[in-house]
Amino acid sequence: MLKGILGRKIGMTQVFDSEGRVVPVTVIEAGPCTVIQKKTVASDGYNAIQVGFQEIKESRVNKPLLGHFKKAGVRPFRYIRELRLEDVEPYKPGQEIKADIFKPGERVDVTGISKGKGFAGGIKRHGFQRGPMAHGSKYHRRPGSLAAKGPGRVFKGRRLPGRMGGERVTVQNLEVVRSDPERNLLLVKGAVPGPRRSLLVIKNSVKGG
Amino acid sequence: MGVIEALGQEQLRKDLPSFKPGDTVRVYVKVVEGGRERIQVFEGAVIGRQGKGIQETFTVRRISYGVAVERIFPLHSPRIEKIEVVRQGRVRRAKLYYLRSRTGKAARIKSNRQS
Repeated sequence: MLKGILGRKIGMTQVFDSEGRVVPVTVIEAGPCTVIQKKTVASDGYNAIQVGFQEIKESRVNKPLLGHFKKAGVRPFRYIRELRLEDVEPYKPGQEIKADIFKPGERVDVTGISKGKGFAGGIKRHGFQRGPMAHGSKYHRRPGSLAAKGPGRVFKGRRLPGRMGGERVTVQNLEVVRSDPERNLLLVKGAVPGPRRSLLVIKNSVKGG
Repeated sequence: MGVIEALGQEQLRKDLPSFKPGDTVRVYVKVVEGGRERIQVFEGAVIGRQGKGIQETFTVRRISYGVAVERIFPLHSPRIEKIEVVRQGRVRRAKLYYLRSRTGKAARIKSNRQS
């Protein structure tokens, strides 16, 4: 069954597994999320649930949004996201989703906004080789040749320096190491996109497992 | 306390003796061999401790059949059965990497008299 939850990246640390091996993990504050709206094929043409994460004061939201929250009978939330699910039957507005929807050993995909790197050169952004740093060379980190002489122009899609990071990135197939619904924590093996305290969407893996 | 520190605190081991670089220790390591678990002892000089909290590790150096062997253990690893301090050494720095370039008599560590 498809399922998902919103979370906040807290940071990375390490834990020991049952065999005493060190496992690098990202700690995610996952949930509790509240279902705000249920969308079905009949009503909206597709199946999804709208969930909210992190309660905020009523004075922080504008009136149209407040009305939307009131309709569902829930408190205002900082983040609202839609999760496309095949089966929305078990959900109803006001229902809470906690970290225990994921069990240790399950595989998840984690989506977030990657750290912005600003205007980055070709070496950092695309992994270009650099020129010699010494022996009279002054050609250090420049992008090099852009194309062949023949066409007399530069092809579209040519990799060049530019803005890097700050985009939506999904890391697939991460193992859930531990889930702790009391403290709303989810520990996943490996790194996830984004800086600390940023919003993450955690769904079960599309690649099975 | 932050969540990450709290997670680390839960896994810290409180049953370990205090030891410093320069000390000679005996580390009892659990090893799995062919599905069977047994204890292996690794004795040598502690030449440094690095990191803090749950990530702390220590390096033990010994001369085994004429070959120097260094092993790095995570201090709070559940694979460590116990640690015994065999001898306390008197050294004047935190990392004893200079021992690597010394052999024989020069590679000795003075023992700490006062304890």
